[in-house]
Amino acid sequence: MLNNFVMPDLYPAAPEIFLLCMACLILLVDLFLGDYQRWVTAMMAQIALVGCAAITWVTADTQVVLTFSNMFVDDLFADFLKLVVYVTVSVVLIYSRGYLQARNLDKGEFYLLVLFATLGMMVMISAAHLLTLYLGLELMSLCLYALVAIDRDSARATEAAMKYFVLGALASGLLLYGMSMVYGATGSLEIGGIAQALHQGAANKTVLVFGLVFLVAGVAFKLGVVPFHMWVPDVYHGAPTAVTLFISTAPKLAAFAMAMRLLVYGLFELAEQWQIMVMIMAVLSIAIGNLAAIAQTNIKRMLAYSGISHMGFLLLALMSGVVGQDRHFALNAYSSALYYAVAYVLMSLASFGTVLLLSRAGYEAENLEDFKGLNRRSPWFAAVMLTVMFSMAGIPFFVGFFAKFSVLLAAVDAGYVGIAVFAVLFSLVGAFYYLRVVKLMYFDPPADTAPIQATTDMRIVLSVNGIAVALFGLFPQAIMAFCTYALLRSL
Amino acid sequence: MSSHLLSLAIWVPIVGGIIVLALGSERRCAARWVSLAFAIAGFLVTIPLFTSFDAAKSGMQFVEMGSWIPRFNVNYFLGVDGISVLFVLLNAFITILVVLAGWEVIEDKVAQYMAAFLIMSGLMNGIFSALDAVLFYVFFEASLIPMYIIIGVWGGPNRVYAAFKFFLYTLLGSLLMLVALIYLFLESGGSFNILDWHVLRLEMGPQVLIFIAFLMSFAVKVPMWPVHTWLPDAHVEAPTGGSVVLAAIALKLGAYGFVRFSLPITPDASHYMAPFIITLSLIAVVYIGFVALVQADMKKLVAYSSISHMGFVTLGFFIFNQLGVEGALIQMLSHGFVSGAMFLCIGVMYDRVHSRQISDYGGVVNTMPKFAAFFLFFAMANSGLPATSGFVGEFMVALGAIKFNFWVGLTAATTLVLGAAYTLWMVKRVAFGAVANHHVAELTDINGREFLVLALLAIAVLAMGVYPFPFTDVMHASVDNLLKHVAVSKL
Repeated sequence: MLNNFVMPDLYPAAPEIFLLCMACLILLVDLFLGDYQRWVTAMMAQIALVGCAAITWVTADTQVVLTFSNMFVDDLFADFLKLVVYVTVSVVLIYSRGYLQARNLDKGEFYLLVLFATLGMMVMISAAHLLTLYLGLELMSLCLYALVAIDRDSARATEAAMKYFVLGALASGLLLYGMSMVYGATGSLEIGGIAQALHQGAANKTVLVFGLVFLVAGVAFKLGVVPFHMWVPDVYHGAPTAVTLFISTAPKLAAFAMAMRLLVYGLFELAEQWQIMVMIMAVLSIAIGNLAAIAQTNIKRMLAYSGISHMGFLLLALMSGVVGQDRHFALNAYSSALYYAVAYVLMSLASFGTVLLLSRAGYEAENLEDFKGLNRRSPWFAAVMLTVMFSMAGIPFFVGFFAKFSVLLAAVDAGYVGIAVFAVLFSLVGAFYYLRVVKLMYFDPPADTAPIQATTDMRIVLSVNGIAVALFGLFPQAIMAFCTYALLRSL
Repeated sequence: MSSHLLSLAIWVPIVGGIIVLALGSERRCAARWVSLAFAIAGFLVTIPLFTSFDAAKSGMQFVEMGSWIPRFNVNYFLGVDGISVLFVLLNAFITILVVLAGWEVIEDKVAQYMAAFLIMSGLMNGIFSALDAVLFYVFFEASLIPMYIIIGVWGGPNRVYAAFKFFLYTLLGSLLMLVALIYLFLESGGSFNILDWHVLRLEMGPQVLIFIAFLMSFAVKVPMWPVHTWLPDAHVEAPTGGSVVLAAIALKLGAYGFVRFSLPITPDASHYMAPFIITLSLIAVVYIGFVALVQADMKKLVAYSSISHMGFVTLGFFIFNQLGVEGALIQMLSHGFVSGAMFLCIGVMYDRVHSRQISDYGGVVNTMPKFAAFFLFFAMANSGLPATSGFVGEFMVALGAIKFNFWVGLTAATTLVLGAAYTLWMVKRVAFGAVANHHVAELTDINGREFLVLALLAIAVLAMGVYPFPFTDVMHASVDNLLKHVAVSKL
């Protein structure tokens, strides 16, 4: 038996293996650390991420490499998304630390769960097989459920975690069911094999489309788009803000990767079918997300609904890839979706980062009112938040504008002028609640005059984050071009 | 000829604004002087634009071209022709006055106030000199941000409502324009160059739709009846400087948009829609003139008078003859000086009495003779007295309109009566008669700074009224070219 065992090529999965080893090491080291030594854990987590980034950077090439019997793929798309994930997670850890310390939540578990969730995301991003994809998804999701409940004494957080878990399990079930259908129809679990089977026309279309519906539902749940969005506001609201920050950023990238791997890499032949579903979800998300956000008084809920509408915009690009049988739109559409995902994560980091900045021991700055008069308390961080809000509203010169712009361009190119008009009109609705935050910060006198307590590293990183939102708006070419290149090399 | 004058005109004020912001809120005096220095520097760099402008050429001059976002073929493409060059100058000139006008009056967050105006000035210059549609749009939208802040932070009691109304109203229009721009990009085979679009062939159907999208954007900005309602609110609530910039520059953006986009890109639709636009313009001239007559608030009165005057401008554009278009452009410039001066005059009184109600004044001439002289002079200019700049534009447009159609001309000419009625009646009630109350009795006459600001404007108004040829000469070739272009069908 042993003679048949072939050692897989581990090289393409080196970042994952490194992160796993580091996470286990941290697990052990953390056991011997007291609460006052937690900085060692935090530092090691950062080192793990930097190491992953270095490995990914060094091993990145333009080849598409499959390994583990075609279960795992290393291409430029994956490398790019992983690099963004590392940066995101690293920033999340920096933003979270002060908040967690103030609430006695700065435990080793937090760092470990974040790192294992990151590992799950990396596996998802690199999945070339439905099982790998599911494995990564579950690793990520289970860590996230636990993270939401990390504040054990908070009833609200526990409720949110329960809700997240139940609905998440349901979504996983849907996804698995869909996968089994697709397997039944195509006889393959490999994403490449599925695509090939479809291309040869050997598959049973009825079963396939039936399975597709479940796959799309599963993906939609993870992205948090209407009608699978119910968990988003509750979980964002219930979870400790540091965890909300995490959930609202990196997992979106992983979910986007999952959508790309399943729908674009695997089921591209069925684009006409899934594009209709994606279109409906995009339209509903943009409308409901923006409308519901207006009614919120809690900034975390507001940002949750705004996130739903942003994911709707992302889907807008995803549905514009194929027109009839014509596929030359694909590269443009998918690269603008990728760009949108990256831009959204950048903005989301800064917005929740500001919420964390304003929170302090025994005080959650989570109501819109808490932003009152921020311009007087701290003109600089008010300016950062202003930048992010206008960016999210899609006002130039910020990164959000070019993200929306490229998505709209893809949509109009594919002939969806009506939907593009619809989307921009709802951006107008969206502008209202973003403006309201600016109004609170600038026009109103402060209700709370306590000085802002934040560590220096958080101040620096948040400033850099805000500047990045502005700078990538002034010079959007670099990331845009890289998104296109990464996809060109791996599609 | 390659020069960086336009870049300087844009970026000197913006960089200046950022430097002023960096000074912080404590150093008020420094903020004022640095702002003044940058405003003057910003004006000085625009002077060569006028002196070395070749009036014989109809094409773009001082062209700058650089790649900005190659991914979408977006270029940093600047240039001015005889139509736009004067607005760059006007804008830079008004910025100096605005900085001076807010000198002592603004005591709260001086640095941010000055910075907002400087940044806006740079953005406005960008709008007037951008020849790339995305660049234009980016400047066009971005200029909303400082204005929103100006109205909301330093405005009157109802400032929040006014700021939101201003922002959302104008955003609605420009978002639809964005879709039109993207459509044109795709239609022209991947170019955002406005000059390319001028020669792009378009069917009638798309032309009309594009025209309407542009109309939505520019009509709000002008503002044309019936989408003018944001203007009185914004004007009344904005601080003096904000009103001046709104009236003098921001309103010109819409009218400029018609000349740069609507007329040359969709000439057939423009001809087709001309009766509609002319009707709206005439309603603005006559109906809004009557509305102005009954206003009790001086700022509101001048705001309505602005709408009425801008109706003249749109009328001038859509009668398609040399007199009409040139008259409209002269009217735009003149209105920039005159309405700016009117708002400054009202500001002078408001700073002393803190009321804008006409009924709170009376007999101002007794206590402020120098001021009353200026006030009367600008009121005369506002009502179109010969030998002031107000007369030249109105006369040319009325003449052009009579050439086009006698009844249109006659209706338009009623503005000469109405304008005189509402403006002079206001002056009579405010400035003349017996001293009305103890507030007026305690008034002190204008100081050196206010005198300087008003005198500069008075000279400009008089110079333009007596000898308008330098202005008309500059625009002659470009207007000629525009009209020739518009006369050729694109079908």
